Amino acid sequence: MAQMTTATRLTGLRAAPGFRQRLDIPRRVVFLAAVSMVAIVVLLMGFIAWQGVQLFVKDGVGLGAIVSPTWNPLADGGPEFGFLPFITATVCVTGVALLISTPLSVGLALFLSEVAPNWAKAIVQPSLEIFVGIPSVVWGWLGLTVLVPFLASSFGGQIVISLPVVGTVFSAPGFLTGFSWLAGSLVLSIMVLPTITSVSYDAFRAVPQEIRTGSLALGTTRWQTIRHLLIPSALSGVLTAVVLGMTRAAGEALAVQMVIGNSPTMPAAITQPLTTLTSQITLDMGNTVFGEPWQDALWTMSLLLLVISISSVVLVRVINKRRMGS
Amino acid sequence: MTSPASQTLGRSGGPKQSLRGKSSRGSILADRAATTVLWGTGVLVLAILGSIIAHFALAAWGVVSPGFILGDPSSSALGGILPVLWNSIYMLVLTMLIAVPVGVLGGIYMSEYAGDNAVTTAIRFAEEAISSVPSIVVGLFGLILFVDDAHWGFTALAGALALTFFNLPLMTRLSEQALRAVPQDERSASLALGATKWQTIRHVVLPLAIPGLITGVILTAGRVFGEAAVLLFTSGIGTPPHYNFANFDLTSPASPWSPFRPATTLSVYIYKLNSEGLGAFKNQIVDGSAAILIAMVLLFNLGARLVGRVLTRRLTAA
Repeated sequence: MAQMTTATRLTGLRAAPGFRQRLDIPRRVVFLAAVSMVAIVVLLMGFIAWQGVQLFVKDGVGLGAIVSPTWNPLADGGPEFGFLPFITATVCVTGVALLISTPLSVGLALFLSEVAPNWAKAIVQPSLEIFVGIPSVVWGWLGLTVLVPFLASSFGGQIVISLPVVGTVFSAPGFLTGFSWLAGSLVLSIMVLPTITSVSYDAFRAVPQEIRTGSLALGTTRWQTIRHLLIPSALSGVLTAVVLGMTRAAGEALAVQMVIGNSPTMPAAITQPLTTLTSQITLDMGNTVFGEPWQDALWTMSLLLLVISISSVVLVRVINKRRMGS
Repeated sequence: MTSPASQTLGRSGGPKQSLRGKSSRGSILADRAATTVLWGTGVLVLAILGSIIAHFALAAWGVVSPGFILGDPSSSALGGILPVLWNSIYMLVLTMLIAVPVGVLGGIYMSEYAGDNAVTTAIRFAEEAISSVPSIVVGLFGLILFVDDAHWGFTALAGALALTFFNLPLMTRLSEQALRAVPQDERSASLALGATKWQTIRHVVLPLAIPGLITGVILTAGRVFGEAAVLLFTSGIGTPPHYNFANFDLTSPASPWSPFRPATTLSVYIYKLNSEGLGAFKNQIVDGSAAILIAMVLLFNLGARLVGRVLTRRLTAA
């Protein structure tokens, strides 16, 4: 160390760093600010995990509760905490939302990156930013006052779709009140649309321009270029977009709670009311007392949500690493 | 058969005959269909946004008035939203007071200092992890940490800290992007003149990054303003009392200026009315409040664009 200082001094370019310079306070301060996020994540995971396992540790509920279909905290024969209805509902509601949103969002991303002239981009892109900014309670309120009454009044009776030869292809009881799995999925599909669109858009933009011109020069149409070259090259980016959309949909609480009907049953028909992990936590947290098994069960649900979201971060990293690798 | 092909290839003026021969008529039709569908997605999104704005403009007509914005919830049958609107602005300022310095400093580290090492990887992972954790879980974290363990109860400060946790990754990332956009030559020139690294950051890089930083602040502010799930269990969900704005005693829970009091914001108020409100004017109040929220979101968005543009022009012209 001393030698190095001497060497620097001998070159005459810069004096030996003084104590203050060696301490480099600014570097330490900005480092602390950045590393605070790591502290937040560690604390958050620690606290939620600790609270989340209380149901099994302190209240003596078996781990089988995670796959038990009965949720009845006020049952006469002792409370029953089955998480399966919430887990499956979260999966089902998120799944249908993605089925609706993914084609639309990827189409929109393709429109913006391949088709739209500049003036159309200049209108659609800011509109998407406004979409992102609309608060979830407003989406929920729209769902509640527009979508739910519409579903109830238009599809209140038994819904049957029949084809001439095949016969009945779809049959489900109608929307009694309109509060339903489908209402939740529709609201979520709009809420995740900007997320999936913007990430897929980046993925399509990242495909080199030469690939497009090369393909078009061979006489392919634009759609052939998109289908056979752009979509395969951008696939990992689009997958990342869908995973990010999934994370957002599975974690959304208030908008879903407002339209889903809050009924802790196993999903069977898309017209029935359900309850997701987030909506049950939102609904019950205020009505329970800290430390009682019922509230511990809600903490377990938030731990499940945390596990879902952290796994999706890891999943996105794996997808991207594969892209970098290949 | 030849003319549609040349049309599809358009201005690039490609070969008159497609190389794919027989299938070309089908592929040209498919191309047209695809183009129509892709245009359709763009039109659909605009139509949805347009109808949402029109819906709330109509719904808010006759509800939103100066009396509605500046009244207490109990002031008339319809009521007003002044206390919750005040709380939204108060929480926004309180959150940004914490989140902006920490986020910008964190952005400086990530842009100017971070090396390719394990610590940087951990910070990036934390950034992505917080962004993906559901807002309700961040709210619950605030509930244990501040409301229960620290015995603060439902307070504005607990809500603001939880909001900071939730938005710090966004603020840090946007700051990092703004700083990275500053050309490397500016740094080299400053260092060549003998400035230290910190002098370079402080007097060269930061000023040049200001337009981007301000855009980042406004975008983050828009998200903070509308957030509700984080606040349900941290800053509370009660009906706020009449606020006496002349009470500047920061330690008094009755003062609207105190961070140690419950603070129901506009978004939380909408959720609260929806979940328990049965009043005759519930729908009108929520429609009016939602319209104001959307108007604020539009303002934040326009503001971010305008400020960014004006500052960029001024700084680059100078």
